[in-house]
Amino acid sequence: MTACVRTKVYRLQASIENFRAGNNPSAWKKQQVCIVNWDFIHQYLPLYQKAAVLTLQIGALGILAAIAIGIVCTMIQYFKVPLARQVVSVYVEISRNTPLLIQLFFIYYGLPKIGIRTNPYACGVAGLAFLGGSYMTEAFRSGIEAVDKVQTESAASLGLSRLQVLRYVVFPQALTISFPAFMANVIFLLKETSVFSAISLMDLMFTAKDLIGLYYQTTESLFLLVVFYLLILLPVSVLGSLLERRMRYAGFGS
Amino acid sequence: MPDLGLNVLFKGKNLARLMGGLGVALKISLLSVVISIVLGIVVGLLMTWKNPISRALMRCYLEIVRIMPQMVLLFLVYFGTTRIFGWNLSGETSSVIVFSFWGAAEMGDLVRGALISIPQHQYESAAALGLSGGQTYRYIVLPQTVRRLIPLSMNLITRMIKTTSLVLMIGVVEVLKVSQQIIEANRMSSPNAAFGVYLTVFALYFFACWPISLLAGFLEKRWR
Amino acid sequence: MAEKEKTELKKGAPLLVVDHLTKRFADLTVLDGISLTVHEGEVIVIVGPSGCGKSTFLRCLNALEDIQGGEILLHGERITQNSKNLTELRQRVGMVFQSYELFPHLNVLDNILLAPTKVQKRKREEVKEEAMALLARIGLESKAESFPRQLSGGQKQRVAIIRALCMHPEVMLFDEVTAALDPEMVREVLDVILELANQGKTMLIVTHEMQFARAIADRVIFLNDGNICEESPPEEFFDHPKTERAKQFLQTFTFSRKGS
Repeated sequence: MTACVRTKVYRLQASIENFRAGNNPSAWKKQQVCIVNWDFIHQYLPLYQKAAVLTLQIGALGILAAIAIGIVCTMIQYFKVPLARQVVSVYVEISRNTPLLIQLFFIYYGLPKIGIRTNPYACGVAGLAFLGGSYMTEAFRSGIEAVDKVQTESAASLGLSRLQVLRYVVFPQALTISFPAFMANVIFLLKETSVFSAISLMDLMFTAKDLIGLYYQTTESLFLLVVFYLLILLPVSVLGSLLERRMRYAGFGS
Repeated sequence: MPDLGLNVLFKGKNLARLMGGLGVALKISLLSVVISIVLGIVVGLLMTWKNPISRALMRCYLEIVRIMPQMVLLFLVYFGTTRIFGWNLSGETSSVIVFSFWGAAEMGDLVRGALISIPQHQYESAAALGLSGGQTYRYIVLPQTVRRLIPLSMNLITRMIKTTSLVLMIGVVEVLKVSQQIIEANRMSSPNAAFGVYLTVFALYFFACWPISLLAGFLEKRWR
Repeated sequence: MAEKEKTELKKGAPLLVVDHLTKRFADLTVLDGISLTVHEGEVIVIVGPSGCGKSTFLRCLNALEDIQGGEILLHGERITQNSKNLTELRQRVGMVFQSYELFPHLNVLDNILLAPTKVQKRKREEVKEEAMALLARIGLESKAESFPRQLSGGQKQRVAIIRALCMHPEVMLFDEVTAALDPEMVREVLDVILELANQGKTMLIVTHEMQFARAIADRVIFLNDGNICEESPPEEFFDHPKTERAKQFLQTFTFSRKGS
């Protein structure tokens, strides 16, 4: 058993060595491809940096707007505001059951035909906010629903007003409960930014596709693409799980 | 009343073409869903396996899928494999590969979650009643797991349908691509076609996903 | 005779008047026209089989339930869910729940201080002094900075009582406050309530602890199917229940092995 595993490991190591030495059979066929063209990477790095900044900007703005929409919609649902409440639930269903790409196409190419003009940048933010708003609403709502109803009652029995109950008792608890879902949404929305190239925003995907089309430097372009997305998403993901763990340590229990 | 460009849809076979495009998207997602569910059950079992190596591997797999946008994965498979391995994968094949790779990880995590959510004393009380290991799985664990899994995997299916819209970017002729073609072809006769056609596509996706979401929500409540 | 004097002596002016209170959940009538007057300084214990509406009755007194008929008057002021001064009325009625309901994100002291400082706008220092004195009284002053999850059930429940007490309510409601506790923790909670009774606090207590009920009550109310079935001093109720239903109920608390 162990011998078998060991041979496999040796074989794997051997193949990696071969690959490094350029002895990989498929690498032999197109040797110029597998040797990474560092000059190319060096040359086009600034292009990716610019694209990453754009992605981050739109991502951050869109997520902030999504949080704002989420808070407003959650409040409307919590206080059961008539009419507005129905509007919110229709919005949530529409937004959650359609893809961002289609939402963007509609906003960017469709809306100008009836006189609503946007630039790609604003459209990107708006699309992300429209999509993210419903996801944030769902996260916050489930957090609030997870706070036991008797907690609200015991606060009310102490004479706290509805707003005070929300502010001092329900909200702090709901925040901790919905944090994992919130973080998952942030990562989801950052990932969704990858469709922005469809509305001709010069983001990372756009840059990569452009370079593949222009110079056929596929390996390098894709390598940079992966690296930059890792640079954006890995810290957020790690930070999220760190915070989550800390919150769990300070967790409530019962 | 401004021209909303809806009339284009009823010209010639436009509506049928649009539905055909949606069919391509649904076919890709259906195929990926089936593969994902089958592989996902295996992945989920591997995730609950006590072996640290398989656990670490599965953890890595899940993290890669969670962190990399599906779009990047699509590019890697579609453009990358051609370059590195010399394969010439079609856009459709690439997308099925990517969505299955992604779906299997997500499905696996759902299976894992459902399996570990069954409390230890359920196993213990089954054992105390004299049920064998197989019987415990057949009568106690499986029914509970499946009930938890079905609504969640239905949500995964809607996510997959929504994600198929991305395949446009690697040149698959699906509903969005067909829309572009229709809009382009009718540029002169109905300049506002973009509004009507994209609104229709929007509605098509909505009515493909919404019923599934509703059913999932209903089942989740009912089986809780 | 001596007992009777005790009750007579304790009876002050009417504080809480419940008049033909009716509560329905859809088609189900839970409280069917209940009338009751609670006098200042009086301790009333409400007993009855589960599902008889005793918890619902207490919840109505704090307007946690809307009511379908009758009225509840606190010093002549009506308590309903629509009362304009509902929060003010609730401050005057303290309530302790079966499941403690301390706020898990606040430590013991902040749990107690939240309502007095935010609702009554009293000075934090002043309330803190009072709270610490009360905590010392129940032997929990060392737990002031602890979080609820670090306390035992009995400790949590005693803190919950102090929390309600710090609002200086005119009447306290106890809703099966020992039902969720381990048996060895029941005593410490009941002792706190007994002490409050000795201080002359007006209280309505729903409980299944019959010994305790007998010791603390000025009046026992036996609730059955949403009606007041019996209303008498504790000795009379426990030793000579008037109704068949009350006899049956009391029998569920005594055990004997057949044939021995």
